[in-house]
Amino acid sequence: MSQPIDKQRRAFLATASGAAAATAVAPGVFLHAVAEAAPRDSAVSDSVRYGMLIDTSKCAEGCTDCVSACDRENGLDMLLKPEGASDQHWDMQRPRWIRQVKLKNNLTGRVTALPMMCQHCEHPPCVDVCPTGASFRRADGIVMVDRHTCIGCRYCMMACPYNARSFIHESVRLKPTATPRGKGCVESCNFCVHRLDNGGTTTACQDACQHGAIVFGDLRDPNSAVSKALAQYPSEQIRADLKLNTGVRYTDI
Amino acid sequence: MSKIHYREWGIESPRYWGLLAVLAAIVALGGFATLYMEHEGHWVTGMTNQVVWGTPHVFAIFLIVAASGALNVASIGSVFGQKMYKPLARLSGLMAITLLVGGLIVLVLDLGQPARLIVAMTTYNFKSIFAWNIYLYVGFLAIVAVYLFTMMERKANRYSHGVGVLAFVWRLILTTGTGSIFGFIVARQGYDAAIMAPMFIIMSFAYGMALYLLVLMFTFNTDERPLGDMVVRRLKNLLGVFVAAIFYFTLVYHLTNLYGTENHAYEAFILRDGGVYTWVFWLGWVLLGMVVPMGILFHPALGAQRGAITIAALLVVLGGLSAIYVIVIGGQAFPMSMFPGYTVIESGYYDGVDGMARAYSPSLPEFLLGLGGIALALLATFVAVRLLQFLPTSLADEVVDPHLAK
Repeated sequence: MSQPIDKQRRAFLATASGAAAATAVAPGVFLHAVAEAAPRDSAVSDSVRYGMLIDTSKCAEGCTDCVSACDRENGLDMLLKPEGASDQHWDMQRPRWIRQVKLKNNLTGRVTALPMMCQHCEHPPCVDVCPTGASFRRADGIVMVDRHTCIGCRYCMMACPYNARSFIHESVRLKPTATPRGKGCVESCNFCVHRLDNGGTTTACQDACQHGAIVFGDLRDPNSAVSKALAQYPSEQIRADLKLNTGVRYTDI
Repeated sequence: MSKIHYREWGIESPRYWGLLAVLAAIVALGGFATLYMEHEGHWVTGMTNQVVWGTPHVFAIFLIVAASGALNVASIGSVFGQKMYKPLARLSGLMAITLLVGGLIVLVLDLGQPARLIVAMTTYNFKSIFAWNIYLYVGFLAIVAVYLFTMMERKANRYSHGVGVLAFVWRLILTTGTGSIFGFIVARQGYDAAIMAPMFIIMSFAYGMALYLLVLMFTFNTDERPLGDMVVRRLKNLLGVFVAAIFYFTLVYHLTNLYGTENHAYEAFILRDGGVYTWVFWLGWVLLGMVVPMGILFHPALGAQRGAITIAALLVVLGGLSAIYVIVIGGQAFPMSMFPGYTVIESGYYDGVDGMARAYSPSLPEFLLGLGGIALALLATFVAVRLLQFLPTSLADEVVDPHLAK
């Protein structure tokens, strides 16, 4: 004996399942639409080359604003000294993307200060030596590490002439969404790539520098601030003898 | 030469198992050290962002270099047709494999992400000498395995010469690759030198021969197999010549460096002011690793004594570890010359303030991992010679040279 069909129950079930399907699928559809609308849908092109000019005459001795800003922006300050590690040893093992270096000219004794970080070479030795290709250079000139394929061999750190890279020696408990990080991988300055890819035009260190010592921008655009400054002042590359054609230049060392 | 017979290693069971137990315990310690380092992260080691390769790399590179050198004895037999070396070839091929595996395991276990070895095996950047080395190492293992098969399977004997030539050429390329890991680094003063590759080849000859001689004398001694003076004399003379060749390369490397002013600071660091590195260089690399062993090996009386030869071979091994320590760690401790013409007077990240060296002190887990690699290589060698016929029943003078049998 068959039961009569309950038409109302059927209608309810149909509406309910339709609504459930819409709830499940819609965010994907909408988010997809948002993603497509953003500039990130096109591949990075070499019509841009990001670079920096650092005016060392403006870099104030003892000021570490750029260092703290970088630490905050990239979550380096979220890493805590492991329990039981000595202060000095931890200081040599903690990651640093930018640092201040004070130099004395051997002949004249003149003292200058400057920030050092990844120089974003056109021909980066770290990229040449990386066995898996995790260390790579984007078409827009940014040199960075793919944390998914880095095996932690540290050959790039051996090869970098600027001591610009850091190895994550400890467990990572907290990290910013924009800067993925994992124990046992290598990382370094990436010109705040998360900002640039989301429409930003400045780096954290540049924003933090009260003295205006850091100018950042597109080296290929003759009207960018960095190109204009480079055209106006004499500048140099650090270890120019290696012919790496660095993206970071300095004046008045 | 009379027909050579091979037999499994016949050391009495209690000694055999005792030996394996000791080696297995050292391997286990290395394993625990690895788990500790991987669980905690590398902060528990002496390695830092300035000295990024530490003690494990010293052991790993030593073993890899020695592995290609251990194959020499077999090459002399099958490539250069020296009949006397033929019976020595199987052990030589075996040790080439076990030492390489021991070294590679140490290298892999020190990675920040050892579990991603599969990435290293599937994703390549062919401009990287490391990526080439992955092929060179795996290829070497495969070729030497086939080489051993052609030696041990009578039907395949006729291919032995051809495969032996391939293995010989391959091992030359392999050690060139290992030496080039350093030779290609332009950033560091002590490394950027083409002489690194040939120097590593000659080092491999000596270190491989030293380890081979030690294992040969030990296995024959414990088994009471006859080992004639002729074989030992030939091998120890070769060892002496190889050590003399390292001496020559060391001399040329430092003399050419001293000629160029840009390298003066580096040379002063290694040869005079480098503290522990200077000590390890003069005491370990030069005196104990080259001068004393050469004195023993070429001495008319001492050079004929097995005990003295054993000491000389052990010293060559010690000298090898010292040499690689100076190259790998001394080369990193010396601050990079980032600003020629300037002195760094302050730095937020250890850029060699006033030319000061970067600090590194080896930690226990690193050392245990390295030692575990050596123990693993020996363990695998001893298991293999016990199970398969690697060792000839006799290397008495009248067996290896029939002229003496009369």
